[in-house]
Amino acid sequence: MGRKILFVTTDQQRYDAIGCNGGTVARTPVIDGLAAQGYRYERAQPQSVVCMPSRSTMLTGQHVSTHGVWMNGVALPADAPSVAEVLHDAGYRTALIGKPHFEPFLDPVLRFTENRLSREPLSDGLTHRGFEHFEAATHGGQGMLHYARWLAANHPEAVGMFYPVLDGSLEVNALGGGETGAPQVWENAISKEWYHTDWVADRTITWLDGLAADDDWFCWMSFPDPHHPWDPPKSELGRIDWRDVPLPDGYPQTAAEREAILDAKPRHWRAWYDGRLVSNYEAPADWVPATMTADHVREVNQRNAIECELIDEALGRVLAAIAAKGWADDVDIVFTTDHGEFQGDFGLLFKGPYHVDALMRLPLVWRPAPSSQPQPSAITKPVGLVDLAPTFCHIAGLPVPEWMEGKPLPTDDTDAHHRGFERSLTEWDSVLFGVDVHLRTITRDGWVLTTYMPGHSHDGTEGELYDLSADPLQRVNRWDDPACAALRSDLVADLWDHQPPMHTPLRRVEAPV
Amino acid sequence: MTLGSIRHQIRIRRSAADVWARVRDAAGLHTWFPGLTDCQVEGSTRVIFLASGMAMPEEILLIDDVQRRFQYRITAPIFRHHRGTIDVIELGPEECMVVYSTEADPRTMALTIGGGTAGALDELQRQMEENGAL
Repeated sequence: MGRKILFVTTDQQRYDAIGCNGGTVARTPVIDGLAAQGYRYERAQPQSVVCMPSRSTMLTGQHVSTHGVWMNGVALPADAPSVAEVLHDAGYRTALIGKPHFEPFLDPVLRFTENRLSREPLSDGLTHRGFEHFEAATHGGQGMLHYARWLAANHPEAVGMFYPVLDGSLEVNALGGGETGAPQVWENAISKEWYHTDWVADRTITWLDGLAADDDWFCWMSFPDPHHPWDPPKSELGRIDWRDVPLPDGYPQTAAEREAILDAKPRHWRAWYDGRLVSNYEAPADWVPATMTADHVREVNQRNAIECELIDEALGRVLAAIAAKGWADDVDIVFTTDHGEFQGDFGLLFKGPYHVDALMRLPLVWRPAPSSQPQPSAITKPVGLVDLAPTFCHIAGLPVPEWMEGKPLPTDDTDAHHRGFERSLTEWDSVLFGVDVHLRTITRDGWVLTTYMPGHSHDGTEGELYDLSADPLQRVNRWDDPACAALRSDLVADLWDHQPPMHTPLRRVEAPV
Repeated sequence: MTLGSIRHQIRIRRSAADVWARVRDAAGLHTWFPGLTDCQVEGSTRVIFLASGMAMPEEILLIDDVQRRFQYRITAPIFRHHRGTIDVIELGPEECMVVYSTEADPRTMALTIGGGTAGALDELQRQMEENGAL
């Protein structure tokens, strides 16, 4: 019998959203407790700051250019390599419960397996991407996934209670709500017990209950929150008063300050802020960031924090169920997310082609099985989501396949140093209605450098360079600072020495998301 | 601007005449467009049935055997505008190019349908080249 693996992901969660990373709004005692017993990573980064590419990296252990899912709407091929398949082939029972998003959601003709599985369940002995059990959910109550069908069958009155994610033109909705009118904030009358966070935990517990005591298992429990829309159950809003939520350090409080900071960055930053350019489908096309008020930021962050608390409590219920099965000492738990969220930093919300800590610095906690007697530590060296799949192989005692590009996560900084955890790479490529943006980023030696390739708004000479120690909010762009010229050259060269070439032919966009 | 326009194309190693015979068959779209389960044609009206269970009404606008061009529009109210155009262009005696263009308002639907049309071209190529289907 080997070590069992509970892989817990959230969607679009910032590093500072949990208590052990300095978060002060949401109470996350369960995750904080896991961090205290294991490894907490202070510089964990995604290889893409949007869902589908990032999740494909988690599954394959490959950089974005290698697996080729370069943007939302590009499908990961059904035969792409999968760590779940490696584990399943080694005898692990495997499940994915919650948000997958390896294939596009907007799929009215059901071309993609993920969207068909609620109607056409896997036959005995068959897997999808290595998962023998697959129950999918996303942020709302509509659509083809298991959660939506469960809600429609059991609580049809709740289907329409969620925020309407798309507007009448099928664009991502800019509609505001709550008490401040903040975009994508909504009062959801759904019962907490029917909300997708509890559903994901409930279905995970049910699956675990069906396993034999001596089964080895890998369960990816994937919460759709705290991704926008911010529409947690209304019954939970009393947990935090939005008026008491502090403005984040990253929020410049005057328009003049925001504009001065944005003007020192490549031009698409200010263009989005002013409502002149939208390069990412998931940012509401009709919302202008410059109209966001401090109260909007507070209320968004209140709802977000409530969703984080609900996730923490749901995880606690799953851990209790694991303990009840007698597995507590033999389960490794890895907690992370796919990418971050602005939540007011620079006067922005949501995400896009902006490679700064708001989107790139992620919570990552690995609590090894207590039976392995881990020595708790905080790791400051850069690691990536590309390292997760190799870590799961390591936990299972399996060799890391050659097609994986990461390494098992380090257990402390000394281990990280000896095993060459020096840099993290992040990519962005997008093409949306004639607007294309292309970024390549390296994080190394306490600096983050982004170089731009030619596109709609860039001629290929632009860049960003930030000193993460002296400028943790990334407000001072040192790209053109003569004092940083040698460093800039060195980082650019190192980036291109390690950046894998883009998969060819380029995979096509199948849907907006 | 709310109009979206997407174009996909594919080379097929079959004569333009053979491929056009398949494309111009309005009632046979579901045999090479993945995700469609059936098509019913009556006059210039076609109803396509999606795997999700939805039915989508369309108007056939043009079947031009000289240009080898097929045009149609989806008339479901979710669309403010739609036009689908399939061109079969001769490249040689046994090779042609099929171009499938989609204009839609709301523009999001151009992306969603466009992904389906690309998959349809792949399937058309597969059937025409591997199975020798007419």
